[in-house]
Amino acid sequence: MELLFAIIAGVLFAAGLYLMLRRSILKLVMGLVLIGHSANITIFTAGGLTRARSAIIAPDATTLPAGSADPLPQALILTAIVISFGVLAFAIVLVSRAWQEVGNDDTDQFAETDR
Amino acid sequence: MTVLAFLMGVFVLAALAPWITRPLGRAAGWVFALLPAAFAVMLGTLAPQVAAGTPVRETLEWVPQLGLSLTLSVDGLGLLFGMLITGVGALVLVYAQGYLEGHEHLGRMFSYLLMFMGAMLGVVLTDNLLAMFVFWELTSISSYLLIGFDHNRLKARKAALQALLITGGGGLALLVGVLMLGSLAGTYNVSEMLAGKEGVLASDLYVPIAALFALGAFTKSAQFPFHFWLPGAMEAPTPVSAYLHSSTMVKAGIYLLARLSPVLGGTELWETMLTVAGATTMVLGAVLAIRQTYLKKLLAYSTVSSLGIIVMGLGIGTPYAVEAAIVYLFAHALFKGALFMVAGAIDHGTGERDVERLGGLARAMPALAVVGVLAALSMAGLPPLMGFIGKELLLKGTLKAPEWSGVLTGLTVFTALLTVTIALLTGIKPFIGKTLPTPHEPHAPGPALLLGPGLLALLCVATALVPSVLAMPLVGPASAATLGAPSTPDLSLWHGWTLALGLSALAVAGGCGVYALRGAVRRGVEVFGWIDRVGPASAYEIGLKGLNALASGQTRVLQNGYLRSYLFITISTAAGMVGVTLWLRGGLNLPERWEPALWYEYAIGALIAVAAVVAAVARARLTAIAALGLAGYGVSVMFVVFGAPDLAMTQISIETLTVILFVLVLLRLPDFRSISSRTQKIRDLFIAVTAGAMMTVLVLVASGATSSRAMSTWFGENSLEGGHGRNVVNVILVDFRAIDTLGEITVLAIAAIGVFALLRPSRMLRKGRA
Repeated sequence: MELLFAIIAGVLFAAGLYLMLRRSILKLVMGLVLIGHSANITIFTAGGLTRARSAIIAPDATTLPAGSADPLPQALILTAIVISFGVLAFAIVLVSRAWQEVGNDDTDQFAETDR
Repeated sequence: MTVLAFLMGVFVLAALAPWITRPLGRAAGWVFALLPAAFAVMLGTLAPQVAAGTPVRETLEWVPQLGLSLTLSVDGLGLLFGMLITGVGALVLVYAQGYLEGHEHLGRMFSYLLMFMGAMLGVVLTDNLLAMFVFWELTSISSYLLIGFDHNRLKARKAALQALLITGGGGLALLVGVLMLGSLAGTYNVSEMLAGKEGVLASDLYVPIAALFALGAFTKSAQFPFHFWLPGAMEAPTPVSAYLHSSTMVKAGIYLLARLSPVLGGTELWETMLTVAGATTMVLGAVLAIRQTYLKKLLAYSTVSSLGIIVMGLGIGTPYAVEAAIVYLFAHALFKGALFMVAGAIDHGTGERDVERLGGLARAMPALAVVGVLAALSMAGLPPLMGFIGKELLLKGTLKAPEWSGVLTGLTVFTALLTVTIALLTGIKPFIGKTLPTPHEPHAPGPALLLGPGLLALLCVATALVPSVLAMPLVGPASAATLGAPSTPDLSLWHGWTLALGLSALAVAGGCGVYALRGAVRRGVEVFGWIDRVGPASAYEIGLKGLNALASGQTRVLQNGYLRSYLFITISTAAGMVGVTLWLRGGLNLPERWEPALWYEYAIGALIAVAAVVAAVARARLTAIAALGLAGYGVSVMFVVFGAPDLAMTQISIETLTVILFVLVLLRLPDFRSISSRTQKIRDLFIAVTAGAMMTVLVLVASGATSSRAMSTWFGENSLEGGHGRNVVNVILVDFRAIDTLGEITVLAIAAIGVFALLRPSRMLRKGRA
């Protein structure tokens, strides 16, 4: 199953990067989302996959039993999901604003305004 | 802790100077001079103890873990340099008050001068080489600020940068040398290095260490071929030239050589290196000086020459030569400091800098004339002045040099001869002869401009007349510290009819002759002009231009404003490095057998992959966004299957929000167009697939690595007891790592503010509509 996850991470990354390499500014933002998924899957897999129980202490226990899912990568990914949503919200608004100001959705036209 | 307190005081005063200069008015320079003057007196009271051979030491622990302590040690060398820095410094502060009276940035000038003074004192008073290096760099930086003081002039800025780059480059060499020597000797304190001298000399690292230290010293002390920054630095206002470029900063390199002579010296390499560099610089400096007619340039080249003399003396290494070097250094600081200040006072009083257009000023400024003549006679090496004693010792040193004594003596006499000419030109010619018209009517310098050169010129005489009181307590212990053995230089004015005296007379007579025939001589030495035109200075120019061209060229290529080329460079570099690493490690080391995935896991995986690909290639916007959402929900389901319900819940809600956001924005944007060409698409596809493969490989490597679960176990054990929560992931986020989560919330808040700001219609748009 590690192999399956590795392939999913790879496909998500490739698709995201392909989108980011497009000149359309909206596709750029969509690519960002897919690459975010890829990164999360990477951390998730690297932390060790387990189909067993989630990282929740049972009502009759005081500690997490061995063999439970690893809580640490999950905490990291949770943070990552929320942060990438913040970035995405900002990026989407930035894109629509850029469209208003520049009147074009081609990032190559944006480069001209750089200089 | 008196020395330390004074040193700190100098820096504090440097920080305060810009604010208190204006309120103090015309008294500012005089008031500031009180501190270094008191410092000099305090150092003077230490002289008997230092002369007795016990250095005054004060230690302040700084970074004990790194062996970095601020150990101030006043020994013979430290005392001599400390006295010069504080003494000349006090005079320069007063002089600057007179020279830059009413300048809008006078406070800044005082601040820089005091900062430089503190840095320079730090260099000569610390025992620890690391601390010394920090101060050493600070002298380069403050010198940069001082040379570029007239920052509106391009030439001043260029000269400042040149000095900074050359001394800074030497500083880097010095740093490497310091680290090598420190690790070799096992200590960074020079006073403790003597014990390990044998080990240092026998080590393979000795040659690079000696070369690096020499490089640092030669750049700082303007030795050939690094000499050219010093004449360039004459763009600085005259108080700066008098202070930094004659008596103090350029001597830092010499200080370094003298300080380390007991540790690194005494070898063939050290002596050859210093003697050759010194002798070359000595002759070239004097010859190149003759070409000049501007007062300060003449003095600058002759300073280069004098620095060469001192380095050569240290290089010869015999007690005679080292004593001569130290005495000459002392004499040079006095007469050259005075001459620079006289030159500045002439410029200030007449507006003329060309010696050939100056004459007869003795009538308008008699006091300055006396001062100039005294300093010039000391420079020319005439009795009864300190310069004479220095030159006699020097000739004796070269005559008794163990090797090449004939050549060295000949070169020294030749240099002395040209020095006489330069002295006549800079200190005497402007005051005698026919009165020549000057840009404005000559007016005599005020007390602030006269005090500095006057006192220094007086010292040229007084130290020579009563050397046992005024000179010996300084130069004796200093040469003892350089030699590592007791030393009492022979400072008497009369040695009988010696060969050295005869050579001196020859030099004086020859110098007067050259002075008389200077027109012809100037044309003659023009053949050496190429050293300035195609020599090291132009190598520096070409190097600097090349570096700038390289920098802007690679910036144009790498920072071209197209996002996809940034992505391309970043991704291909990363993929390339991963590939190389894999190749070096001989491929992937995967476990024998993976645990197989279940059928529904394959199904979810396939769903995610297909959705991602559809999102990437869809021609319609809505299709793309629907596919994007599908991929996200697929990832959430995977989280559920693999024991991460919190992630799944978060992902699902975020994914829903994302789709809504996209749809909202979509309404404003045009439909997808196919902009890229087919070739571009194929190229991008290739990059994307390569990067995806890299990602897959990385995930496999990462999951194959065994990781410690110590932290996770700790969280699992302490979650309920310490965090009062059964959901360990939640407890980590809100309890154990709560500060991180606070940071996360802050990021969201900032993003929200950004969104809000962007959504408000801009002023520009509103105006357009109105």
